[in-house]
This record gives sequence, C-alpha cells and structure tokens, in this order.
Amino acid sequence: MDYSNRDKTKTRRRKYFITKRLDRLFLELYQIYAFVSRFFREVFFPPYEGREIIKQCYEVGVKSLPLITITAFIIGIVFTNQSRPSLSEFGATSWLPALISVAIVRAMGPLVTAIIASGKVGSSIGAELGSMRVTEQIDAMEVSATNPYKFLVVSRVLATTLMIPALTMYTTFVALLGGYVNVHQNELTTLTTFFTQVFDAITFLDIIASSVKSVLFGFTIGMVGCYKGYHSSKGTEGVGKAANSSVVTAMFLIFIEELLTMQIINAIRVM
Amino acid sequence: MKKPSSKIDFTQKVITIQGLTKAFDEYEVLKGVDLDLYKGENLVVLGRSGTGKSVLIKIISGLLRQDGGYANVLGQEVDKLTPKQLDELRLKIGFSFQNSALYDSMTVKENLEFPLIRHSKDMTARDRSRIIDVVLEAVGLAQTINQMPSELSGGQRKRIGIARTLILRPEIMLYDEPTAGLDPITSQDINNLINEVQRRFNTSSIIITHDLTCAKAVGNRIVMLLDGQFQRQGSFEEVFDTEDERVKAFYNYNFTE
Repeated sequence: MDYSNRDKTKTRRRKYFITKRLDRLFLELYQIYAFVSRFFREVFFPPYEGREIIKQCYEVGVKSLPLITITAFIIGIVFTNQSRPSLSEFGATSWLPALISVAIVRAMGPLVTAIIASGKVGSSIGAELGSMRVTEQIDAMEVSATNPYKFLVVSRVLATTLMIPALTMYTTFVALLGGYVNVHQNELTTLTTFFTQVFDAITFLDIIASSVKSVLFGFTIGMVGCYKGYHSSKGTEGVGKAANSSVVTAMFLIFIEELLTMQIINAIRVM
Repeated sequence: MKKPSSKIDFTQKVITIQGLTKAFDEYEVLKGVDLDLYKGENLVVLGRSGTGKSVLIKIISGLLRQDGGYANVLGQEVDKLTPKQLDELRLKIGFSFQNSALYDSMTVKENLEFPLIRHSKDMTARDRSRIIDVVLEAVGLAQTINQMPSELSGGQRKRIGIARTLILRPEIMLYDEPTAGLDPITSQDINNLINEVQRRFNTSSIIITHDLTCAKAVGNRIVMLLDGQFQRQGSFEEVFDTEDERVKAFYNYNFTE
C-alpha cells in the first residue's frame, strides 16, 4: 500500500502570547505553582508510601548526622572563641552562654542545618530525580500506573520537612556543647551553670520560631530538589544542572525565608 | 529463529489512530498519522531517528498529548480519560523503554515487585514470588533475581525491562527500539523474545525500530514513518518494493553498509 500521494500536513505556525522568552518564564512560574500545589493535594490522600517515606527519612536524617555533628560542634567552638574578645573588653565574658544561646537557637542552628542539608540532601535529590527523569524511570513509573509524584516527590518532601527540624534541634544542641567546651576551658564554667544561662536567655517564642523556620527550610530544600530533578532534561548535563541549581536555588530561598521570618518574629516579639 | 504468530483477529482493533498531529515548538513531528492495530498483531513502525516514532507510542500510553487527531486504545480515547481511567488503561499496556528504564536503586526482584505491590494489594508475598519466577523464566533470566540493574548487560536489562512490563499481563505491548545498542546475537534473542511474548501472552504489539533485521523478524505488518506520515504499509517485502529513494536509502543503509 502506498500512501506517498497523500498530504495531510496541517501546517501550524506556533504563535506566542507575548514573546517566546516571556511565555517560557510565565510557563515556568505556572509549573512551579502547579508542582507545589500538587503536593498539598496529594499528601493527605492514599495511597501512602510509608516504606519510601521511612527510607527517605533515614537518608535525610541519619545519613546527615556525621557531617552535622562535626560542623555544629566546630561552629559552637569557633563562634564562642570569636565572641569572647568583644565581651571581655566590657568584662562581660559571663554573658557568653547567653550570647551563644540566642545566636545559635534563633539563627545559626536552623540556618547551618539548612545550608548543610541543601548541599548534601538537596543536591542528591536533584541528581537522583534528574537521573531518573533522563533515563525514563519516571516515565516507566507513570506507564505502570504508579503515581511518580507521590512515590518520589511527596515522600522526599515529607522526609526533609520532618527531618530538618529534628536535625536543627540536634545541631543546636551540639553547637551549644561546642560552646560549652570552649567556655569551660577558659572560664571554668560548669555544665549546669552553662545550660542554666543558656535556657534563661531564650524564650518559648525563640524555640517555636526556630522550629517553624526549620520546617519551612526543610520543605524548601525538598521541594526545590524535587522540582529541579523532576523537570531536568538534556541528558547527563541536565542532571548536573539539576543538582547544582537545587543547591543554589534552595540556599537563595532559605536566606530570603530567614530574613522574612526574622522580621515577622521581631514584630511578634514587640507586640 | 522464532516467527511471529499469525493468529491475528482482523475483526478486532485494539488501537485506532486517526489524523494524529504533534509538534514541539515549531517542529512538527507527526503530520496526520492513521494507524490500526489488530488483536494479536505485531506491528512494526519503521523510521529514521527523530521522525516521531517514540512520540507516537508515548501518545498511545498517555505520556504525551497530541495536538490534533485522536488515539483510541481498547475503545477509549486516551486524551479524554480522567487520571484514574488512564491508570486503569495503563495496566493493560506494557511499555518497554529504549534504555529499559529499570529502577537503579532496586534489585531485579524489587523492580518486578514494584508494580505488583501497587496494583495487586491482596496478593501474598508467596504469590508475588511465584509470578516473578514465571516472568523471569519467560525471559530466561531467573538467575539474576537478586542482582542490581548496574550488574546486568544491555541485553539482560532489555529482557528484565520486558519482564517488568509483562508482570501485570498487559493486552498491548509497546516496544521502543528493543534492539538499539545490542550486538546481532543479542538482538536476535530479543526478537525471539518479542515473538515468544506474542505467542505466550497473546499480546498485540507495536514495535518501534530502525533496525530492519528486527522489523523483518518480528513484524506481521510494517509501516514506515517518513516526513511525519506513514508512507508505506504492508509486509516487509511490500514496504521495500518501491522506487521511493527515501525508502530505498533506508533499506540500502541497513543491508549494505
């Protein structure tokens, strides 16, 4: 049978609403909105990927512990050491535990955890999902009637949202321990006195604010990593780009969120 | 070498495609494609790289949406289905990807279990193991059950990919370049497997390829996609019995280069 004489070509010229570049920008913004809102539509409804969520919590939480422990402990020591000269000029080195406590609980704990996690976890999520996208593993899930968004995205975003606050508490505790080691070496302060001063300096609002921030940071890290990976293209180059931009975008958003939440908490504090 | 089954029911169409068009930006890959796939038939879609062969089966499986025309699969228009209806339809379609698309982080057993756990919830672990053994035996790779995909050769990965699609007993199989990147002997094994799957599981299949040896070995019917449309259709000999230079060039390249 020869179809060569048939011409069913319906030539269609693609027209852009504004310009090609602006159209793409708006399309991307819509894609981000759709991607994030889909999480809230899917997270509460079955099927629940319990096993995958636990696996991801292990990957995000437990596997980050060695790095977080070392970093937090060193930050505690260094921060305490660098703060001492300024306080000693006023003969106020006894305020060191309070100063460390406020700085670490309010800002450094959540921020350091989020930065480490965006480097370690965010990039790995971006690379993993990116690689799954370019090797058609996500398509394979879809054609086998499995919801890849639920299995891959919801589980990872839930894991980062749950584990980053837990890691933040751990980071805060370890950094305070590092601070204690330095204070104890120089001022011979006991552990009980140190932690009494630490808890005297912070309020319930500080702890709540720190927790809310870390939930927000965790959600951001997971969502950015998943979005970048899920929408990666152009082969291995795309995977590298997805991993890289997961870290860069997540860090950028984390600093913006830190700034905004700080303003909101300060406004609440003076009310 | 196994031949494709000739038990085709020409009264029953499992896929009907009419006037299908698809463009990416300004590049039109499909310009009005018509196609019928009959029950039990192995239909080979031939064409050069970038001519939209894979796009065609991605539209059939609902991975891509067409710009115009329609694709009717097992009596349902794919782009008009709700997500739930689409998932139900997808359980009847097996899709073997060009690069196998095995889940890297899972063993062969976990890869095969993955769809079963989700779609046969009342099935016991023992039943799952039994079904996995059956499909692994069908593709001749029972010994790889605990291996990771990275430990398998290209041909083995293809076979496991086909096994994974078979595990839900699909009515339609879509093969995307099943012999791409394989040596001639392994390619022949895959061709035999495609014919074996057709006979044993009574599937209707669309095989996308640019490998004429594969097309000749597995196709009951062959269609050739050129310039976004099916230009030739029939048996292997009928398709290449033409003076069309584009078709002749394709044949010469495969069999004389």
